[in-house]
Amino acid sequence: MQQSNAYIIIFTAVMTVIVGGLLSLTSQGLAPAQKKSIELDTKTQILSSVMDRDQLSKMKPDEILSMYNSRIKSLVVDINGKEVEKNDKGGPMVAEEVSILKNYKKDPAQRQYPVFKFMNEADPNKVDAYILPLYGAGLWNAIWGYVAIESDLNTIAGASFDHTGETPGLGARITSPEIQNRYVGKKILDGSGNVVSVNMVKGEGNSGLTEHQVDGMSGATITGRGVNDMLEAYLNHYQSYFATVKNGATAKL
Amino acid sequence: MSTETLEQTEEIVVKKTAEPLLSKRRKKFITDPLNEDNPITVQVLGICSALAVTVKMEPTLIMSIAVVFVIVFSNLIISLIRNLVPNRVRIIVQLAVIATLVTLVSEVLKAYNYEMYKVLGAFVGLIITNCIVMGRLEAFAMGNKPYDSILDGIGSGFGYAWIILTVAFFRELFGSGSVFDFKVFEAIGLASFPTNGLMVDSIGAFVVLGVLIWVQRAKTGYVEHN
Repeated sequence: MQQSNAYIIIFTAVMTVIVGGLLSLTSQGLAPAQKKSIELDTKTQILSSVMDRDQLSKMKPDEILSMYNSRIKSLVVDINGKEVEKNDKGGPMVAEEVSILKNYKKDPAQRQYPVFKFMNEADPNKVDAYILPLYGAGLWNAIWGYVAIESDLNTIAGASFDHTGETPGLGARITSPEIQNRYVGKKILDGSGNVVSVNMVKGEGNSGLTEHQVDGMSGATITGRGVNDMLEAYLNHYQSYFATVKNGATAKL
Repeated sequence: MSTETLEQTEEIVVKKTAEPLLSKRRKKFITDPLNEDNPITVQVLGICSALAVTVKMEPTLIMSIAVVFVIVFSNLIISLIRNLVPNRVRIIVQLAVIATLVTLVSEVLKAYNYEMYKVLGAFVGLIITNCIVMGRLEAFAMGNKPYDSILDGIGSGFGYAWIILTVAFFRELFGSGSVFDFKVFEAIGLASFPTNGLMVDSIGAFVVLGVLIWVQRAKTGYVEHN
């Protein structure tokens, strides 16, 4: 059966309207749920840098969110360690809404640096750990994560990494607790207070590692190098903030 | 004269008894794609996603459900409107239906299972280009009634699903030593069982799929003719 051109045009037009309408309705209808799951994902990742992952995975979404609300205090600072209170649109700054990727593309001096403070359970004014977001490049694609620094501003309390497309079984192992736990207890400063960061060495099963080194991932040297660069860069970016904290500038920071 | 023709048509209607819901002919719609006419191992369609998502069982299961959903409903929708679809733009219409359903799946996944969305995101979108779906629409739904089309969709969907689930089972078992993230070898006291890195890579999928096709063809005696 050969239809006329008019029929074809009307048919496709009607189809487009139906399909388009349906999709925009779905998108609108699901937007709140999607926003909540993205928020939950971010907050879970932030918490997983200082908390036991098995324990986190057993918690219900609402429990994680209330845990986050009670234990995490967040703020945003600039490269000089000063708190940024207004976002680009002039509204109040929310650290959770700062896109690390968008900031990564800017010059380090122009970026906004969120800080998530993990507060003490007993004393809500005492900071247990400073959680810093990280962003960098692995072997194939982007890698990111969070590193938690203890209140001595030197010892790593924990780390969590994630990636887009590192090789499964090799570079993708940075997401495993096995790798991330290697960072716990390592130091980021040398004796005179300069940042030396923590380096993942080449090869696996190395002995005699210093407090600035962690064991490498066999077959994923370049991903490891990406993690090293990312960690070192961001630890340096946050140094002026840490300096203000150390000077006890304000209780607020 | 006119009354005569009317009577005749009535007679035909009466004679034609309703076909049972699962007649022999209809059962074949479901059973054929499971084995003899399997979309992956025999028709060799949808290989790309069979390689990409089968590292672990859980994402594979979600992917299977998504594909079954998309294939059944696009078959149904196309079959319902098959007499309205202008022949010259039928491929575009089919594509629009598939793309809409896939987008729905992807949005729902993003809202209610963000973990899986992160793992499967790109691949769910690629269901659109999965030749199995398009192939069933063009070859079956365009010329058959809605109910038969649903059965055909279920058959092809599950034909795809059981193959990728089997591949995923072996890849996760030998690649990560687990099934649905349950550490099998540790549970049976073989904690030191070495996992095979090859299985985590796409190469592992090729190997498992090749063995599956070999076993299947040895049993059915299927041979490809040039």
